[in-house]
Amino acid sequence: MATLNLKVNGKSHTVDVEDDTPLLWVLRDHLGLVGTKYSCGIAQCGACTVHRNGEAIFSCITPASSLEGDEIITIEGLSEDGDHPVQKAWNEIDVAQCGYCQAGQIMNAAAFLDKNPSPSMEEIDEAMNRNICRCGTYHKIREAVATAAKIK
Amino acid sequence: MATGLKTNRRDFLKIAGTTAGGLFIGFNWMSCDSPKVEVLTTEQILSQAKSFNGYLSISPTGDVVIYSPNPELGQNIKTSFPMVVAEELEADWNRVRVVQANLDTEKYDRQLTGGSGAMPHSWERLRKAGATAKFVLVAAAAETWKVPASEITVEKGIISHKASKKSGHFGEFVELASTMTAPEEITLKDKKDFTIIGTAVKNVDNPEIFTGKPLFGLDFYREGMLHAMVQRPPFGMKIKSVDDSEAKNINGVTDVIQFENNVAIVGKSTWPLMKAKRLLKVEYEADGAVESTEDHNRIFREMLDTGKSTVRREDGNVNQAFKSAAKIVTAEYQCPFLSHSPMEPMNFFAHVQGDKAELIGPTQTPDRARQTAAEILGIPAENISVEITRLGGGFGRRLRADYVAEAVQISKMMNAPVKVTWSREDDLTGGAYRPAVRYRFEAALDEAGEMIGYKLKGAGINSGNSTRQDNFPAAAVANYKVESVEHNSPITTNAWRAPITNFLAYAEQSFLDEVALEAGKDPVEFRLNLLNKAKNNPTGEPGYDVDRMIGVINKVKEKSNWGKNPNVKQGFSVYFSHRTYVAQVADIEIENGSPVLKKITAATDCGMVINTTGADHQVRGGIVDGMGHAMYGNLTFVDGLPTQKNFDSYKLIRMKEVPQVDVHYVDSGYDPTGLGEPALPPTGGAIANAIFTATGRRLRSQPFIEQEEFSDIKLAIRRA
Repeated sequence: MATLNLKVNGKSHTVDVEDDTPLLWVLRDHLGLVGTKYSCGIAQCGACTVHRNGEAIFSCITPASSLEGDEIITIEGLSEDGDHPVQKAWNEIDVAQCGYCQAGQIMNAAAFLDKNPSPSMEEIDEAMNRNICRCGTYHKIREAVATAAKIK
Repeated sequence: MATGLKTNRRDFLKIAGTTAGGLFIGFNWMSCDSPKVEVLTTEQILSQAKSFNGYLSISPTGDVVIYSPNPELGQNIKTSFPMVVAEELEADWNRVRVVQANLDTEKYDRQLTGGSGAMPHSWERLRKAGATAKFVLVAAAAETWKVPASEITVEKGIISHKASKKSGHFGEFVELASTMTAPEEITLKDKKDFTIIGTAVKNVDNPEIFTGKPLFGLDFYREGMLHAMVQRPPFGMKIKSVDDSEAKNINGVTDVIQFENNVAIVGKSTWPLMKAKRLLKVEYEADGAVESTEDHNRIFREMLDTGKSTVRREDGNVNQAFKSAAKIVTAEYQCPFLSHSPMEPMNFFAHVQGDKAELIGPTQTPDRARQTAAEILGIPAENISVEITRLGGGFGRRLRADYVAEAVQISKMMNAPVKVTWSREDDLTGGAYRPAVRYRFEAALDEAGEMIGYKLKGAGINSGNSTRQDNFPAAAVANYKVESVEHNSPITTNAWRAPITNFLAYAEQSFLDEVALEAGKDPVEFRLNLLNKAKNNPTGEPGYDVDRMIGVINKVKEKSNWGKNPNVKQGFSVYFSHRTYVAQVADIEIENGSPVLKKITAATDCGMVINTTGADHQVRGGIVDGMGHAMYGNLTFVDGLPTQKNFDSYKLIRMKEVPQVDVHYVDSGYDPTGLGEPALPPTGGAIANAIFTATGRRLRSQPFIEQEEFSDIKLAIRRA
């Protein structure tokens, strides 16, 4: 067991977990932040995407013990009132079907647009290719990322 | 009006108490004039609201709460059902809150998600629920104002009497209205006056989904709850021995228990269980047939050649037609097992306490979940409550209650509240797959290229009837025979989005293309010719509406510019399933010598469209789903165990592989039918037929990427 100090959504948390516990399960089981989703557990689908110092990472394969001192942002902390440009665009385009993957999609899109505020459609496709949507909302995701870029 | 729609205050509070999470916020009508607007939660609204029926409660503040009884898995029912109620109520959609109802078999019927059947089943009920509430609200206003009800108008939650210049919002009349009863026969709105139905209304859960609020079963946590993961046997095997010594040593694991052929690891959080499961050593031994994919390939041929089949439909004299044929076309098509793989893995919460139980989680069939628990526990079903969470996809997988049963068993054994979570590997290896099927088609053509005979034999593994004998081309061919044969396997199967038709449509529509080619006819004209026969000179009854099928064909022909551009290699497909008609055309263009799938054009007749965004989602999503699984979906077995265990080897379609999809509708004037499934079946056929047009290669098995005919083809799928 290890005692870890994590900074999540601007708040400091101390958790006692096994060294190898992925951030995903610390967020969900220990901090009550269930917006970050479990789906594959092997960095294939992107449902677990969060930001580490602004970078989109797969929280399902990242040990929490490697993140001390880092700034971690989850979907719950992306904005105060759900009004981040990406969240606004997601609502405007009405992207979700089942909605399960969308937190990961939003977190990936937000990190991508921070780095590339005016992407081409091809760049959007490339960036969003790391997230799976089993319902097949890809057309709307693409449109929403482009819309978010305009809102910014 | 059905008495089932009536409810009493006590029942209503029961639902309100368990479903209102206080997540919804709204404005208090009474304080609109004040600069500081008070925000009401749904719970606050419900605490003062009057119930009008199982679907509808209205508070004195004028806020309307609409209950959505059917499980929401992405088909958007939680938005479209309330739209229908609100339409007839003449509610202001901005003042409507939607609450997912718990299982309540007294109040609701067919409280399940499957078969694209919810909307056609409930359409009239929902309209009546809104209309009867409007009726009594109007009656209450008439009595209050002492004016004739016939002179009263209602618009966006405001009741008005023009002549006396009186008006007020719903809330002002709920008290009196709730004591009144509506007549059995109620006048519904004229469809041309609809203002909510037929518009783009946003998913009511958007704010919660996009901010990561706990909506899904896997998000459910309760103080003191135990977590459990289960090790299940390969198909056809049973436990020989269990060595849990290493698994038990993992910090955070409290118990390892056995039930039936399963080993459950129990603890206080998820990660230790995942670790422990890898250290669990379970030896299995055969307990019946232990099958591999190569066995299935042999079994398919045996079934088609010598298997004892059930004749599903026989018209005319097929033997004679084939004897007299100028040409016979024969082909076989095969598909593998598929996993449903919803993004949210299976999970469920159960708390068994003596002769009572509480169930919470994602299920397409809450009543089956309850019945399953009642059987396991030997307690009356009415002692068991079921709360339906939002489902992170279903695709038919959550029609089964196997994972609910596990939660119930473990909760009972541990005497504690328990949430069972499946890992992705559990989900892919845990069964209930789309059945693997092989079809043999035969067509007899006369000298003029007319199809005079048609035979289909379906061989399926745990598939039941793997055919749809009354579907097209039934009634269009004078000599017609459809039969099916089944192999019983320990590998469990289940309905998978558009059951049977998800592959049958591709096989049939590809085969009809082969026949059209042999007959020297344009594939679309060939089908239209058959449909004209089914219309004007049918052989037996068609199990489909010929005119509606012709309608979508003509629409897609027009919208896809069928056959007009020689540089675009097109493939056509049309299918009727779940009461809805969908025709599709796939466009392939050759770029640098490689075929590129550019576009799919779809024409759909689902009757009236309720929510234009929702419909668009279902059609495009169905096409993307159909395409992804036709291209990549493959689940193979070695000794009763799937080879593909996670998304690294079980490939799902991604962003870069999705072409442009153009969606069109035929407004046939019919009542709405379901749209969760029907767009999927035609897609594989449209793509395969386009690949044939472009390359001359006929794909007769899925997934496409593993076929020899496909090996030297680069099908770069990208947008136009």
